[in-house]
Amino acid sequence: MHDTATFALLTILICGAVTQGLRFLPFAVFGGGRKTPGYISWLGSVLPYAIMGMLCVYCLKSISIETVSGWAPSAIAVALVIALQAWKHNSLLSIGAGTICYMVMIQLVFA
Amino acid sequence: MKETIRKAFVDSIPIMAGYIFIGIGFGIIMEEKDMGIWWVIAMSVLIYSGAMQFVTINLITGGASFIASAVTALMVSCRHLFYAISMIDGYKGAGLKKPYLIYALTDETYSIVCRDQLPEGMNRHTYCFLLSMFNQSYWIAGCIIGSLAGTVITFNTEGIDFAMTALFVSIFTEQWMETKDKSSALIGVGVSLICLIVFGAQSFLIPTMIGITLCLTVLDKIRGLRKTAKPEPPEGGEGDA
Repeated sequence: MHDTATFALLTILICGAVTQGLRFLPFAVFGGGRKTPGYISWLGSVLPYAIMGMLCVYCLKSISIETVSGWAPSAIAVALVIALQAWKHNSLLSIGAGTICYMVMIQLVFA
Repeated sequence: MKETIRKAFVDSIPIMAGYIFIGIGFGIIMEEKDMGIWWVIAMSVLIYSGAMQFVTINLITGGASFIASAVTALMVSCRHLFYAISMIDGYKGAGLKKPYLIYALTDETYSIVCRDQLPEGMNRHTYCFLLSMFNQSYWIAGCIIGSLAGTVITFNTEGIDFAMTALFVSIFTEQWMETKDKSSALIGVGVSLICLIVFGAQSFLIPTMIGITLCLTVLDKIRGLRKTAKPEPPEGGEGDA
């Protein structure tokens, strides 16, 4: 039991160190008091739009196109979120309605 | 100050919903694997990344080697490099708050702090700091609830993790509508989709990040060349160069 606990703790420490290392690395290299290099500054300003697109794809990566129940719940819920957001500009409303819609889809409609 | 706290809290509400429920999911799985509340807290503090914490459970129960764990963590968490690069200027001069701001830069927190719309006179770093703390407290609260009371929850929460997808989609939509230049957003979605198809769901993130950086850089170079070659049209002079 003691060995299992040590192994678990070391694994957690490694995963934590790598994750936090990735968060701190760019700040360590380009941060501090110096002026940020122009290219990095520019990249930082255009990245948010691309990153948000990447995150959307990342969240939907396990969708399967082979069966209707594999993609329809996500597709319908995503469409609802986009429509509501474009119409009302209220994130709480879009996220709440989209999530409830998705849950109904997978639990009742496509169960 | 009161205004800053209010705004940080209101902006954190969409994340509250997602974090608490996904945290509960995490706590329940940990409990099923016989890892109690202290393990749950240790992971939420030492790793603090939803996706990585779920993967770490598998690494521990599967008895993965330390090298394998490190490589897996690198693959799963590499996207944090991007968030950090994009916040270097935003978090400049944050002083003592800075280490925590960087430590707490999760997907969800990033998606809020990368937006650049604060009322006049509000301290950006204080706002981001409060928002980051609210978010982590939701996450830890959710994980603890799941660990302690997971078996008591009877209503079917399946699919509630869609809240995070919905959060990103709503922010993407908002950004899409408020920016004229859609190229960065299109590159983000396009490169991700191509890499997902080519490399598969498990390993598409690193190629995607390289691809996005290349595409953005090349596009900027092309535009720069066009501008120097043909300076007359100030806006929208495309397609005839």
